[in-house]
Amino acid sequence: MTATRKLLTIICETDLETRLGEDVMRLGAHGFTVTDARGRGSRGLRDASWDPTANIRMEIICEERVAETIAEHVRAAYSDNYAMVLYMVDVSVLRAEKF
Amino acid sequence: MEPVILFFLLGVAGGLARTDMKFPTALYEALTIYLLLAIGLKGGVELAKHPLLDAVLPSAAVVLLGVAIPLVAFPILLRLGGLNRADAASIAAHYGSVSVVTFAVGAAYLNRLGESYEGILTVFLVLLEIPAIVVGIALAKGVGKDVAWGRLVREVMFGKSIFLLLGGLVVGWFAGLDGIAPLDRLFFDLFKGVLALFLLEMGLVASRQLDVLRRFGPFLAGFAVIMPMISAALGLVTGLLLGLSPGGMTLLATLAASASYIAAPAAMRIAVPDANPALSVGASLGITFPFNLVAGIPIYHKAALWLTGGDA
Repeated sequence: MTATRKLLTIICETDLETRLGEDVMRLGAHGFTVTDARGRGSRGLRDASWDPTANIRMEIICEERVAETIAEHVRAAYSDNYAMVLYMVDVSVLRAEKF
Repeated sequence: MEPVILFFLLGVAGGLARTDMKFPTALYEALTIYLLLAIGLKGGVELAKHPLLDAVLPSAAVVLLGVAIPLVAFPILLRLGGLNRADAASIAAHYGSVSVVTFAVGAAYLNRLGESYEGILTVFLVLLEIPAIVVGIALAKGVGKDVAWGRLVREVMFGKSIFLLLGGLVVGWFAGLDGIAPLDRLFFDLFKGVLALFLLEMGLVASRQLDVLRRFGPFLAGFAVIMPMISAALGLVTGLLLGLSPGGMTLLATLAASASYIAAPAAMRIAVPDANPALSVGASLGITFPFNLVAGIPIYHKAALWLTGGDA
């Protein structure tokens, strides 16, 4: 009934949202969910009080191969210059063909 | 002192006292949209009073001003400041581009003194946003090399600040004074109240930038006060050559002196990712913005009166 997929979560600067969305779809994801986020890390307080300090959390459920490709691309292209956290976990999904 | 500035100072005080007051992001967004649209509309209505062709030559001169400012700022930052190329270019772009809210406070200052200014100043506001960003990116990256200019221009042109200012301008121009009358209450009467709220939020945000400046030293702090004076002088001369009224000259100088913190940070973050946004935003919002509000605008006004032979 359920199948296993990867949930890749990318927390990063809001400024990257458009580019990231395009990259993710190009690299084989079938969709993603974005929520606003805020927090603190190596680049200080990102309190979302205004655009330059706002974060997003992008969640992508996809096959492991796609998740690895996206993670590697995002790390190489953005992680040097942008506030960013990436992680993935296994999730059980219904309707596996969507992902 | 212009009362809206007191709201800014209140925000700074709140930030320094670490108040838990916080504008939700959605409110910040909404206030920004309102201010941009209202300023655009007001300019459009004013612009409709004169033939459009009269605006061509002054507009060209103002675009040149927008190109000149970052070209002046860049070598100062690079050579005197010892900043790296990306940071110098990014800061130069911020200082060449403009702050819409500084403009609004300048206009409020003139209104309170009963000093009029030309409607075309709002067109200048829109025109000055873009060239410095383009120059800044070219300074950082070199022309032609791995810059997706098409995409970049699209992102800057259709970023909210240019899109809404320009959109408001066009709507105001088509509608004219009579057409816009039903919207007066919202867009003109309430303007100052909304500006006050926005300044309260900017005060909170600005107070958090001071930390950055403590880390990056006196050069940047000095630059953030001296550069606006240089730019304002360029603005005053341009205004004088264009035959603007003292009020118009004051606002053009204010525009030249102001540093962007809406359009430029977003564009530079994407186009020049290796530049440290804390430096450019810290200087423009932490120092230049309050400096212009409290001291700059009255100084530029005095200088404009003096240059035009009025009583200063």
